[in-house]
Amino acid sequence: MAVKGRSGIRRALPFLLPSLAGGLLFSLLPIIISLFLSLTDWTGMTPISLNPVSFLPFIADNFTGFDNFKTILTTSEFWTVLSHNLYFIVLYLPLMLIFSMTCALIIGSRRHGSQVYRVLYYIPVLTSWVAGALIWKWLLSPVYGPVNNFLAIFGIEGPMWLQSEVWAMPSIVLASVWKDMGFYGMILLGGLKAINPEYYEAAGIDGADRCQIFFRITLPLLSSVIFYVVMLSLINAFQLFPQVMVMTTNAGPNGATEVMVERIYKYAFRFGKMGYAAAFSWLLFIVIMIFTLFQKLGERRFVSYDN
Amino acid sequence: MTIRKCLQSIAFHILAVMISVIALVPFLWMISTSLKSSGALLAVPIQWIPEEPTLQAYVRLFSLTGILRSIVNSFIVTAGAVVFTLASSSLAAFALSKIEFRGREGVFMLFIASMMLPSQVLFIPLYLIMNNLGLVNNLIAIILPYLFQAFAVFMLRQQMMSIPDTYLDAAAIDGAGLLRSFITVFLPMCRTALVTLAIIISMNAWNDYLMPLVILTSSENYTLPIILNSLSGQFKTGYDLLMAGSLVSIAPLLVVYIVFQRYFASGLQVGGIKG
Repeated sequence: MAVKGRSGIRRALPFLLPSLAGGLLFSLLPIIISLFLSLTDWTGMTPISLNPVSFLPFIADNFTGFDNFKTILTTSEFWTVLSHNLYFIVLYLPLMLIFSMTCALIIGSRRHGSQVYRVLYYIPVLTSWVAGALIWKWLLSPVYGPVNNFLAIFGIEGPMWLQSEVWAMPSIVLASVWKDMGFYGMILLGGLKAINPEYYEAAGIDGADRCQIFFRITLPLLSSVIFYVVMLSLINAFQLFPQVMVMTTNAGPNGATEVMVERIYKYAFRFGKMGYAAAFSWLLFIVIMIFTLFQKLGERRFVSYDN
Repeated sequence: MTIRKCLQSIAFHILAVMISVIALVPFLWMISTSLKSSGALLAVPIQWIPEEPTLQAYVRLFSLTGILRSIVNSFIVTAGAVVFTLASSSLAAFALSKIEFRGREGVFMLFIASMMLPSQVLFIPLYLIMNNLGLVNNLIAIILPYLFQAFAVFMLRQQMMSIPDTYLDAAAIDGAGLLRSFITVFLPMCRTALVTLAIIISMNAWNDYLMPLVILTSSENYTLPIILNSLSGQFKTGYDLLMAGSLVSIAPLLVVYIVFQRYFASGLQVGGIKG
Protein backbone atom coordinates (compact mmCIF):
# COMPACT_ATOMS: atom_id res chain seq x y z
CA MET A 1 0.00 0.00 0.00
CA ALA A 2 2.66 2.47 1.03
CA VAL A 3 4.32 4.26 -1.81
CA LYS A 4 8.06 4.05 -1.85
CA GLY A 5 9.76 6.87 -0.05
CA ARG A 6 6.88 7.36 2.31
CA SER A 7 7.85 5.13 5.15
CA GLY A 8 10.64 4.69 7.63
CA ILE A 9 11.68 6.59 10.68
CA ARG A 10 14.43 8.38 8.77
CA ARG A 11 11.85 10.12 6.63
CA ALA A 12 9.58 10.86 9.54
CA LEU A 13 12.22 12.23 11.89
CA PRO A 14 12.86 15.60 10.22
CA PHE A 15 9.15 16.30 10.38
CA LEU A 16 8.93 15.30 14.02
CA LEU A 17 12.10 17.00 15.13
CA PRO A 18 10.94 20.54 16.04
CA SER A 19 8.03 19.23 18.05
CA LEU A 20 9.98 16.46 19.74
CA ALA A 21 12.86 18.78 20.60
CA GLY A 22 10.39 21.24 22.09
CA GLY A 23 8.71 18.49 24.09
CA LEU A 24 11.98 17.17 25.40
CA LEU A 25 13.37 20.56 26.39
CA PHE A 26 10.27 22.32 27.62
CA SER A 27 8.09 19.52 28.97
CA LEU A 28 10.03 16.40 29.87
CA LEU A 29 13.23 18.03 31.09
CA PRO A 30 11.39 20.53 33.33
CA ILE A 31 9.46 17.70 34.97
CA ILE A 32 12.68 15.85 35.76
CA ILE A 33 14.42 18.99 37.01
CA SER A 34 11.44 19.87 39.15
CA LEU A 35 11.51 16.43 40.78
CA PHE A 36 15.18 16.91 41.68
CA LEU A 37 14.69 20.46 42.90
CA SER A 38 11.85 19.46 45.18
CA LEU A 39 14.33 17.33 47.12
CA THR A 40 16.75 20.21 47.76
CA ASP A 41 16.85 23.41 49.77
CA TRP A 42 18.00 25.48 46.77
CA THR A 43 17.20 29.14 47.35
CA GLY A 44 17.23 30.25 43.74
CA MET A 45 19.79 32.92 44.60
CA THR A 46 22.85 30.88 43.56
CA PRO A 47 22.96 30.01 39.87
CA ILE A 48 22.61 26.37 38.85
CA SER A 49 24.13 24.88 35.73
CA LEU A 50 22.07 22.20 34.02
CA ASN A 51 25.21 20.53 32.74
CA PRO A 52 24.92 17.04 34.33
CA VAL A 53 28.55 17.25 35.45
CA SER A 54 27.73 20.08 37.82
CA PHE A 55 23.95 19.64 38.19
CA LEU A 56 24.03 16.27 39.94
CA PRO A 57 26.74 17.25 42.47
CA PHE A 58 24.79 20.44 43.12
CA ILE A 59 21.65 18.44 43.85
CA ALA A 60 23.69 16.09 46.06
CA ASP A 61 25.17 19.02 48.02
CA ASN A 62 21.80 20.58 48.65
CA PHE A 63 19.92 17.33 49.03
CA THR A 64 17.45 17.33 51.89
CA GLY A 65 15.38 14.28 50.96
CA PHE A 66 11.69 14.61 51.61
CA ASP A 67 12.16 17.39 54.16
CA ASN A 68 10.35 19.95 51.99
CA PHE A 69 7.33 17.70 51.66
CA LYS A 70 7.32 16.94 55.39
CA THR A 71 7.59 20.61 56.31
CA ILE A 72 4.84 21.65 53.92
CA LEU A 73 2.44 18.93 55.04
CA THR A 74 3.04 19.58 58.74
CA THR A 75 2.79 23.37 58.51
CA SER A 76 -0.69 24.75 58.81
CA GLU A 77 -0.11 27.11 55.86
CA PHE A 78 -0.52 24.39 53.22
CA TRP A 79 -3.86 23.31 54.65
CA THR A 80 -5.09 26.88 55.03
CA VAL A 81 -4.15 27.66 51.45
CA LEU A 82 -5.74 24.42 50.23
CA SER A 83 -8.90 25.33 52.12
CA HIS A 84 -8.91 28.70 50.33
CA ASN A 85 -8.81 26.92 46.96
CA LEU A 86 -11.62 24.62 48.09
CA TYR A 87 -13.64 27.56 49.37
CA PHE A 88 -13.22 29.20 45.97
CA ILE A 89 -14.42 26.01 44.26
CA VAL A 90 -17.45 25.62 46.53
CA LEU A 91 -18.61 29.15 45.73
CA TYR A 92 -17.53 29.18 42.10
CA LEU A 93 -18.66 25.83 40.74
CA PRO A 94 -22.45 26.07 41.30
CA LEU A 95 -22.56 29.70 40.12
CA MET A 96 -20.46 28.95 37.08
CA LEU A 97 -22.59 25.91 36.16
CA ILE A 98 -25.85 27.83 36.48
CA PHE A 99 -24.60 30.78 34.45
CA SER A 100 -22.82 28.80 31.76
CA MET A 101 -25.82 26.49 31.39
CA THR A 102 -28.09 29.51 31.00
CA CYS A 103 -25.69 30.93 28.41
CA ALA A 104 -25.66 27.63 26.52
CA LEU A 105 -29.47 27.37 26.51
CA ILE A 106 -29.81 30.95 25.27
CA ILE A 107 -27.20 30.61 22.54
CA GLY A 108 -28.53 27.21 21.52
CA SER A 109 -32.14 28.29 21.21
CA ARG A 110 -33.49 28.83 17.73
CA ARG A 111 -35.01 32.18 18.66
CA HIS A 112 -34.19 35.39 16.92
CA GLY A 113 -31.09 37.09 18.29
CA SER A 114 -29.37 34.08 19.81
CA GLN A 115 -26.40 34.61 17.50
CA VAL A 116 -25.94 38.13 18.84
CA TYR A 117 -25.92 36.82 22.40
CA ARG A 118 -23.30 34.29 21.39
CA VAL A 119 -20.92 37.05 20.37
CA LEU A 120 -21.61 39.11 23.50
CA TYR A 121 -21.20 36.31 26.04
CA TYR A 122 -17.82 35.41 24.69
CA ILE A 123 -16.23 38.84 25.07
CA PRO A 124 -15.18 38.38 28.73
CA VAL A 125 -13.43 35.15 27.72
CA LEU A 126 -11.21 37.05 25.29
CA THR A 127 -10.14 39.53 27.90
CA SER A 128 -6.79 38.97 29.54
CA TRP A 129 -7.00 38.22 33.24
CA VAL A 130 -4.93 41.28 34.07
CA ALA A 131 -7.39 43.62 32.34
CA GLY A 132 -10.40 41.70 33.64
CA ALA A 133 -9.09 41.72 37.19
CA LEU A 134 -8.33 45.47 37.06
CA ILE A 135 -11.83 46.17 35.80
CA TRP A 136 -13.35 44.14 38.63
CA LYS A 137 -11.13 45.69 41.25
CA TRP A 138 -12.47 49.06 40.14
CA LEU A 139 -16.09 47.83 39.86
CA LEU A 140 -15.90 46.63 43.45
CA SER A 141 -14.20 49.71 44.84
CA PRO A 142 -16.17 50.34 48.06
CA VAL A 143 -16.80 54.10 47.65
CA TYR A 144 -16.29 54.94 43.99
CA GLY A 145 -17.25 51.61 42.42
CA PRO A 146 -20.53 51.16 40.56
CA VAL A 147 -21.50 47.97 42.38
CA ASN A 148 -21.80 49.58 45.80
CA ASN A 149 -23.31 52.72 44.28
CA PHE A 150 -25.89 50.58 42.55
CA LEU A 151 -26.69 48.75 45.79
CA ALA A 152 -27.01 52.11 47.53
CA ILE A 153 -29.93 52.97 45.24
CA PHE A 154 -31.87 50.23 47.06
CA GLY A 155 -30.60 51.40 50.41
CA ILE A 156 -28.16 48.51 50.73
CA GLU A 157 -24.76 49.32 52.11
CA GLY A 158 -22.32 47.19 50.11
CA PRO A 159 -19.41 45.40 51.76
CA MET A 160 -15.76 46.43 51.48
CA TRP A 161 -15.30 43.63 48.93
CA LEU A 162 -11.59 43.06 48.28
CA GLN A 163 -10.59 44.94 51.39
CA SER A 164 -12.68 42.74 53.64
CA GLU A 165 -11.43 39.40 54.89
CA VAL A 166 -14.89 37.88 54.46
CA TRP A 167 -15.69 39.28 51.04
CA ALA A 168 -12.28 39.10 49.33
CA MET A 169 -12.67 35.53 48.07
CA PRO A 170 -16.32 35.95 46.99
CA SER A 171 -15.19 39.00 44.99
CA ILE A 172 -12.68 36.86 43.16
CA VAL A 173 -15.38 34.26 42.56
CA LEU A 174 -17.66 36.88 41.01
CA ALA A 175 -14.97 38.04 38.62
CA SER A 176 -14.12 34.44 37.71
CA VAL A 177 -17.72 33.47 37.00
CA TRP A 178 -18.05 36.55 34.80
CA LYS A 179 -14.91 35.65 32.87
CA ASP A 180 -15.60 31.92 32.48
CA MET A 181 -19.36 31.60 31.88
CA GLY A 182 -19.03 32.15 28.14
CA PHE A 183 -16.20 29.65 27.80
CA TYR A 184 -17.93 26.78 29.58
CA GLY A 185 -21.21 27.89 28.02
CA MET A 186 -19.77 27.20 24.57
CA ILE A 187 -18.58 23.74 25.63
CA LEU A 188 -22.02 22.93 27.06
CA LEU A 189 -23.54 24.23 23.83
CA GLY A 190 -21.53 21.63 21.94
CA GLY A 191 -23.16 18.99 24.14
CA LEU A 192 -26.64 20.44 23.63
CA LYS A 193 -26.27 20.34 19.87
CA ALA A 194 -25.24 16.69 20.01
CA ILE A 195 -28.53 15.61 21.59
CA ASN A 196 -30.67 13.71 19.13
CA PRO A 197 -33.72 15.91 18.32
CA GLU A 198 -35.94 12.84 18.17
CA TYR A 199 -35.98 12.79 21.98
CA TYR A 200 -37.52 16.24 22.03
CA GLU A 201 -40.07 15.32 19.38
CA ALA A 202 -41.07 12.25 21.33
CA ALA A 203 -41.36 14.28 24.53
CA GLY A 204 -43.47 16.85 22.69
CA ILE A 205 -45.86 14.16 21.50
CA ASP A 206 -46.12 12.82 25.05
CA GLY A 207 -47.08 16.33 26.17
CA ALA A 208 -44.09 16.96 28.42
CA ASP A 209 -43.64 20.58 29.53
CA ARG A 210 -40.43 22.58 29.30
CA CYS A 211 -39.34 21.83 32.85
CA GLN A 212 -39.84 18.12 32.41
CA ILE A 213 -37.96 18.17 29.12
CA PHE A 214 -35.04 20.00 30.68
CA PHE A 215 -34.71 17.80 33.76
CA ARG A 216 -35.66 14.45 32.19
CA ILE A 217 -33.99 14.71 28.80
CA THR A 218 -31.54 17.59 28.41
CA LEU A 219 -29.80 17.31 31.75
CA PRO A 220 -29.29 13.52 31.78
CA LEU A 221 -28.07 13.46 28.17
CA LEU A 222 -25.77 16.36 28.90
CA SER A 223 -24.29 14.73 31.98
CA SER A 224 -21.07 13.59 30.31
CA VAL A 225 -20.38 17.10 29.00
CA ILE A 226 -21.24 18.56 32.39
CA PHE A 227 -18.73 16.20 33.98
CA TYR A 228 -16.13 17.32 31.47
CA VAL A 229 -16.84 20.95 32.34
CA VAL A 230 -16.65 20.21 36.06
CA MET A 231 -13.33 18.42 35.63
CA LEU A 232 -11.84 21.17 33.50
CA SER A 233 -13.03 23.90 35.84
CA LEU A 234 -11.74 22.04 38.91
CA ILE A 235 -8.29 21.71 37.38
CA ASN A 236 -8.37 25.40 36.48
CA ALA A 237 -9.69 26.37 39.91
CA PHE A 238 -6.75 24.74 41.63
CA GLN A 239 -4.48 26.79 39.39
CA LEU A 240 -6.26 30.04 40.20
CA PHE A 241 -3.59 32.74 40.02
CA PRO A 242 -3.64 35.93 37.92
CA GLN A 243 -6.93 37.26 39.29
CA VAL A 244 -5.62 36.82 42.83
CA MET A 245 -2.31 38.52 42.02
CA VAL A 246 -3.95 41.52 40.37
CA MET A 247 -7.09 41.96 42.47
CA THR A 248 -5.61 41.54 45.93
CA THR A 249 -2.31 43.06 46.98
CA ASN A 250 -0.43 40.71 49.29
CA ALA A 251 -3.16 38.11 48.94
CA GLY A 252 -5.92 40.06 50.63
CA PRO A 253 -6.55 41.13 54.20
CA ASN A 254 -5.04 38.63 56.61
CA GLY A 255 -4.04 36.40 53.69
CA ALA A 256 -7.68 35.67 52.83
CA THR A 257 -6.88 34.98 49.19
CA GLU A 258 -3.61 33.08 49.55
CA VAL A 259 -3.97 30.19 47.09
CA MET A 260 -1.76 27.37 45.85
CA VAL A 261 -0.13 28.79 42.72
CA GLU A 262 0.23 32.20 44.35
CA ARG A 263 2.21 30.57 47.18
CA ILE A 264 4.33 28.58 44.72
CA TYR A 265 5.14 31.72 42.74
CA LYS A 266 5.99 33.73 45.84
CA TYR A 267 8.12 31.03 47.45
CA ALA A 268 10.04 30.62 44.21
CA PHE A 269 10.51 34.20 43.10
CA ARG A 270 9.96 36.42 46.15
CA PHE A 271 10.97 34.44 49.24
CA GLY A 272 13.99 32.67 47.77
CA LYS A 273 12.85 29.12 48.42
CA MET A 274 12.95 27.41 45.02
CA GLY A 275 13.25 23.85 46.34
CA TYR A 276 10.37 24.38 48.72
CA ALA A 277 8.27 25.89 45.93
CA ALA A 278 9.01 22.93 43.63
CA ALA A 279 7.84 20.51 46.35
CA PHE A 280 4.74 22.66 46.84
CA SER A 281 3.96 22.43 43.12
CA TRP A 282 4.17 18.62 43.20
CA LEU A 283 1.78 18.52 46.14
CA LEU A 284 -0.61 20.69 44.15
CA PHE A 285 -0.32 18.22 41.28
CA ILE A 286 -1.14 15.34 43.64
CA VAL A 287 -4.17 17.20 44.97
CA ILE A 288 -5.41 17.73 41.41
CA MET A 289 -4.82 14.06 40.59
CA ILE A 290 -6.83 12.95 43.62
CA PHE A 291 -9.73 15.19 42.63
CA THR A 292 -9.61 14.03 39.03
CA LEU A 293 -9.72 10.43 40.22
CA PHE A 294 -12.77 11.03 42.41
CA GLN A 295 -14.31 12.78 39.47
CA LYS A 296 -13.77 9.79 37.20
CA LEU A 297 -15.38 7.51 39.77
CA GLY A 298 -18.33 9.85 40.05
CA GLU A 299 -18.63 9.99 36.29
CA ARG A 300 -18.92 6.23 36.02
CA ARG A 301 -21.73 6.29 38.55
CA PHE A 302 -23.84 9.22 37.43
CA VAL A 303 -23.42 9.79 33.73
CA SER A 304 -26.07 8.45 31.40
CA TYR A 305 -25.07 7.76 27.84
CA ASP A 306 -27.24 7.95 24.81
CA ASN A 307 -27.34 4.34 23.59
CA MET B 1 -51.52 29.71 22.63
CA THR B 2 -50.00 32.60 20.70
CA ILE B 3 -50.08 34.81 23.80
CA ARG B 4 -48.21 32.12 25.68
CA LYS B 5 -45.63 31.90 22.90
CA CYS B 6 -45.24 35.64 23.00
CA LEU B 7 -44.76 35.68 26.78
CA GLN B 8 -42.21 32.91 26.53
CA SER B 9 -40.31 34.86 23.94
CA ILE B 10 -40.32 37.96 26.14
CA ALA B 11 -39.11 35.95 29.14
CA PHE B 12 -36.32 34.49 27.02
CA HIS B 13 -35.10 37.88 25.89
CA ILE B 14 -35.30 39.37 29.39
CA LEU B 15 -33.07 36.58 30.67
CA ALA B 16 -30.72 36.85 27.69
CA VAL B 17 -30.42 40.60 28.08
CA MET B 18 -29.78 40.25 31.82
CA ILE B 19 -26.86 37.95 31.13
CA SER B 20 -25.63 40.34 28.45
CA VAL B 21 -25.74 43.15 30.99
CA ILE B 22 -23.65 41.08 33.41
CA ALA B 23 -21.18 40.29 30.64
CA LEU B 24 -20.91 43.81 29.26
CA VAL B 25 -21.40 46.30 32.08
CA PRO B 26 -17.80 45.84 33.28
CA PHE B 27 -16.60 46.85 29.80
CA LEU B 28 -18.91 49.84 29.62
CA TRP B 29 -17.63 50.94 33.01
CA MET B 30 -14.09 50.48 31.72
CA ILE B 31 -14.79 52.68 28.68
CA SER B 32 -16.62 55.27 30.75
CA THR B 33 -13.78 55.45 33.28
CA SER B 34 -11.13 55.74 30.61
CA LEU B 35 -12.88 58.88 29.30
CA LYS B 36 -12.93 60.65 32.65
CA SER B 37 -10.60 63.29 33.97
CA SER B 38 -8.73 62.47 37.17
CA GLY B 39 -11.15 64.71 39.05
CA ALA B 40 -14.32 63.10 37.72
CA LEU B 41 -12.88 59.71 38.66
CA LEU B 42 -13.41 60.27 42.36
CA ALA B 43 -16.61 62.31 42.16
CA VAL B 44 -19.41 61.35 44.54
CA PRO B 45 -22.05 60.50 43.47
CA ILE B 46 -20.26 58.59 40.72
CA GLN B 47 -20.73 59.64 37.12
CA TRP B 48 -22.03 56.64 35.19
CA ILE B 49 -21.38 58.52 32.00
CA PRO B 50 -18.52 61.06 32.14
CA GLU B 51 -19.95 64.58 32.17
CA GLU B 52 -16.95 66.04 30.39
CA PRO B 53 -15.42 63.20 28.39
CA THR B 54 -11.73 63.61 27.69
CA LEU B 55 -8.98 61.57 26.08
CA GLN B 56 -6.52 62.70 28.75
CA ALA B 57 -6.03 59.19 30.10
CA TYR B 58 -5.06 57.87 26.68
CA VAL B 59 -2.64 60.73 26.10
CA ARG B 60 -1.03 60.05 29.47
CA LEU B 61 -0.97 56.32 28.83
CA PHE B 62 0.85 56.60 25.53
CA SER B 63 3.30 59.13 26.91
CA LEU B 64 4.44 56.62 29.53
CA THR B 65 7.71 55.04 28.55
CA GLY B 66 7.38 51.41 27.67
CA ILE B 67 3.73 51.32 26.61
CA LEU B 68 4.31 51.38 22.87
CA ARG B 69 7.21 49.01 23.36
CA SER B 70 5.01 46.59 25.30
CA ILE B 71 2.42 46.59 22.54
CA VAL B 72 5.14 45.73 20.03
CA ASN B 73 6.45 43.04 22.40
CA SER B 74 3.00 41.52 22.73
CA PHE B 75 2.66 41.42 18.96
CA ILE B 76 6.08 39.77 18.63
CA VAL B 77 5.26 37.13 21.23
CA THR B 78 1.86 36.42 19.70
CA ALA B 79 3.16 36.21 16.13
CA GLY B 80 6.10 34.06 17.25
CA ALA B 81 3.86 31.73 19.21
CA VAL B 82 1.49 31.29 16.26
CA VAL B 83 4.29 30.64 13.75
CA PHE B 84 6.13 28.22 16.03
CA THR B 85 2.99 26.28 16.93
CA LEU B 86 1.63 26.03 13.40
CA ALA B 87 4.97 25.10 11.84
CA SER B 88 6.14 22.50 14.32
CA SER B 89 2.71 20.99 14.98
CA SER B 90 1.69 20.64 11.35
CA LEU B 91 5.03 19.00 10.50
CA ALA B 92 4.61 16.54 13.37
CA ALA B 93 0.98 15.90 12.49
CA PHE B 94 1.99 15.12 8.91
CA ALA B 95 4.59 12.59 10.04
CA LEU B 96 2.13 11.00 12.45
CA SER B 97 -0.61 10.64 9.87
CA LYS B 98 1.04 10.18 6.48
CA ILE B 99 4.49 8.65 6.99
CA GLU B 100 4.65 5.06 8.10
CA PHE B 101 7.33 4.14 10.57
CA ARG B 102 7.74 1.72 13.42
CA GLY B 103 6.66 3.10 16.75
CA ARG B 104 4.37 5.70 15.23
CA GLU B 105 1.50 4.85 17.54
CA GLY B 106 3.90 4.99 20.48
CA VAL B 107 5.10 8.48 19.57
CA PHE B 108 1.52 9.62 19.18
CA MET B 109 0.61 8.19 22.58
CA LEU B 110 3.53 10.16 24.06
CA PHE B 111 2.07 13.36 22.65
CA ILE B 112 -1.34 12.55 24.08
CA ALA B 113 0.09 11.59 27.47
CA SER B 114 1.99 14.86 27.65
CA MET B 115 -1.32 16.73 27.69
CA MET B 116 -1.78 15.39 31.20
CA LEU B 117 1.53 16.80 32.41
CA PRO B 118 1.03 19.23 35.23
CA SER B 119 1.59 22.73 33.85
CA GLN B 120 1.82 24.23 37.34
CA VAL B 121 5.03 22.31 38.07
CA LEU B 122 6.64 23.51 34.86
CA PHE B 123 7.27 27.20 35.41
CA ILE B 124 10.05 26.94 38.03
CA PRO B 125 12.22 24.53 36.01
CA LEU B 126 11.40 26.40 32.79
CA TYR B 127 12.82 29.51 34.38
CA LEU B 128 15.95 27.54 35.24
CA ILE B 129 16.29 26.15 31.72
CA MET B 130 15.87 29.59 30.16
CA ASN B 131 18.43 30.93 32.60
CA ASN B 132 20.88 28.29 31.43
CA LEU B 133 20.19 29.12 27.81
CA GLY B 134 20.84 32.77 28.64
CA LEU B 135 17.28 33.64 27.65
CA VAL B 136 15.91 35.14 30.85
CA ASN B 137 14.45 38.57 30.12
CA ASN B 138 14.24 37.65 26.44
CA LEU B 139 11.00 37.36 24.47
CA ILE B 140 12.36 34.25 22.74
CA ALA B 141 12.01 32.41 26.05
CA ILE B 142 8.26 33.01 25.99
CA ILE B 143 7.96 31.88 22.37
CA LEU B 144 10.17 28.77 22.37
CA PRO B 145 7.91 26.51 24.48
CA TYR B 146 5.22 26.90 21.80
CA LEU B 147 7.27 24.50 19.67
CA PHE B 148 5.57 21.74 21.57
CA GLN B 149 1.78 21.95 21.62
CA ALA B 150 0.37 18.46 21.90
CA PHE B 151 -3.25 19.53 21.45
CA ALA B 152 -2.33 21.28 18.20
CA VAL B 153 -0.62 18.14 16.90
CA PHE B 154 -3.66 16.14 17.91
CA MET B 155 -6.05 18.49 16.15
CA LEU B 156 -4.04 18.72 12.92
CA ARG B 157 -3.45 14.96 12.84
CA GLN B 158 -7.22 14.38 12.95
CA GLN B 159 -7.56 16.78 10.06
CA MET B 160 -4.81 15.20 7.96
CA MET B 161 -6.09 11.67 8.53
CA SER B 162 -9.27 12.70 6.77
CA ILE B 163 -7.30 13.58 3.62
CA PRO B 164 -6.94 10.48 1.40
CA ASP B 165 -3.43 9.11 0.79
CA THR B 166 -4.08 9.27 -2.93
CA TYR B 167 -3.20 12.97 -2.87
CA LEU B 168 0.24 12.03 -1.65
CA ASP B 169 0.62 9.32 -4.30
CA ALA B 170 -0.44 11.72 -7.04
CA ALA B 171 2.08 14.25 -5.85
CA ALA B 172 4.76 11.54 -5.75
CA ILE B 173 4.04 10.62 -9.36
CA ASP B 174 4.55 14.26 -10.26
CA GLY B 175 7.94 13.91 -8.66
CA ALA B 176 7.18 15.97 -5.59
CA GLY B 177 9.04 15.07 -2.43
CA LEU B 178 7.34 14.69 0.93
CA LEU B 179 8.12 18.20 2.05
CA ARG B 180 6.81 19.70 -1.17
CA SER B 181 3.55 17.78 -1.11
CA PHE B 182 3.20 18.72 2.55
CA ILE B 183 3.49 22.40 1.70
CA THR B 184 1.59 22.49 -1.58
CA VAL B 185 -1.13 19.92 -0.94
CA PHE B 186 -1.67 19.23 2.74
CA LEU B 187 -1.25 22.63 4.36
CA PRO B 188 -3.79 24.32 2.08
CA MET B 189 -6.27 21.51 2.73
CA CYS B 190 -5.98 22.04 6.49
CA ARG B 191 -6.50 25.76 6.44
CA THR B 192 -9.65 25.84 8.57
CA ALA B 193 -7.92 23.91 11.31
CA LEU B 194 -4.84 26.11 10.96
CA VAL B 195 -6.82 29.33 11.25
CA THR B 196 -8.70 27.99 14.26
CA LEU B 197 -5.44 27.02 15.91
CA ALA B 198 -3.88 30.38 15.09
CA ILE B 199 -6.75 32.08 16.87
CA ILE B 200 -6.58 29.89 19.97
CA ILE B 201 -2.83 30.37 20.21
CA SER B 202 -3.02 34.14 19.67
CA MET B 203 -5.51 34.38 22.47
CA ASN B 204 -3.32 32.37 24.83
CA ALA B 205 -0.11 34.15 23.91
CA TRP B 206 -1.56 37.66 23.91
CA ASN B 207 -3.12 37.18 27.35
CA ASP B 208 -0.42 35.02 28.94
CA TYR B 209 0.55 36.13 32.43
CA LEU B 210 2.57 33.59 34.43
CA MET B 211 5.47 32.87 32.07
CA PRO B 212 6.09 36.51 31.07
CA LEU B 213 5.86 37.46 34.76
CA VAL B 214 8.55 34.95 35.61
CA ILE B 215 10.80 35.43 32.58
CA LEU B 216 10.66 39.15 31.76
CA THR B 217 12.57 41.13 34.34
CA SER B 218 13.08 44.56 32.81
CA SER B 219 10.37 46.90 31.69
CA GLU B 220 11.56 47.34 28.10
CA ASN B 221 10.74 43.67 27.54
CA TYR B 222 7.34 43.65 29.24
CA THR B 223 4.30 42.43 27.34
CA LEU B 224 0.99 44.27 27.72
CA PRO B 225 -0.46 42.23 30.60
CA ILE B 226 2.79 42.58 32.53
CA ILE B 227 3.09 46.33 32.06
CA LEU B 228 -0.57 46.72 33.02
CA ASN B 229 0.16 44.71 36.13
CA SER B 230 3.09 46.92 37.02
CA LEU B 231 1.13 50.11 36.28
CA SER B 232 -1.55 48.96 38.68
CA GLY B 233 1.09 48.83 41.40
CA GLN B 234 2.44 52.24 40.42
CA PHE B 235 -0.83 54.13 40.00
CA LYS B 236 -2.97 52.48 42.63
CA THR B 237 -5.97 54.75 42.15
CA GLY B 238 -5.25 55.98 38.64
CA TYR B 239 -8.12 54.01 37.24
CA ASP B 240 -8.63 56.36 34.26
CA LEU B 241 -5.16 55.33 33.11
CA LEU B 242 -5.56 51.66 34.05
CA MET B 243 -8.91 51.36 32.26
CA ALA B 244 -7.48 53.04 29.15
CA GLY B 245 -4.65 50.48 29.26
CA SER B 246 -7.11 47.62 29.70
CA LEU B 247 -9.10 48.77 26.69
CA VAL B 248 -5.95 48.98 24.59
CA SER B 249 -5.04 45.43 25.61
CA ILE B 250 -8.48 44.05 24.80
CA ALA B 251 -9.13 45.86 21.50
CA PRO B 252 -6.90 43.83 19.12
CA LEU B 253 -8.35 40.47 20.22
CA LEU B 254 -11.83 41.86 19.97
CA VAL B 255 -11.22 42.85 16.35
CA VAL B 256 -9.78 39.42 15.56
CA TYR B 257 -12.75 37.80 17.27
CA ILE B 258 -15.32 39.77 15.33
CA VAL B 259 -13.61 39.10 12.00
CA PHE B 260 -12.96 35.39 12.55
CA GLN B 261 -15.99 34.66 14.68
CA ARG B 262 -17.03 31.44 12.98
CA TYR B 263 -13.66 29.82 13.60
CA PHE B 264 -13.97 30.36 17.33
CA ALA B 265 -16.95 28.11 17.83
CA SER B 266 -15.31 25.17 16.09
CA GLY B 267 -11.98 25.69 17.82
CA LEU B 268 -13.37 25.85 21.28
CA GLN B 269 -13.91 22.21 22.00
CA VAL B 270 -10.29 21.53 21.15
CA GLY B 271 -8.97 24.59 22.91
CA GLY B 272 -10.76 23.42 26.01
CA ILE B 273 -8.49 20.41 26.29
CA LYS B 274 -5.60 22.66 27.14
CA GLY B 275 -7.68 24.72 29.52
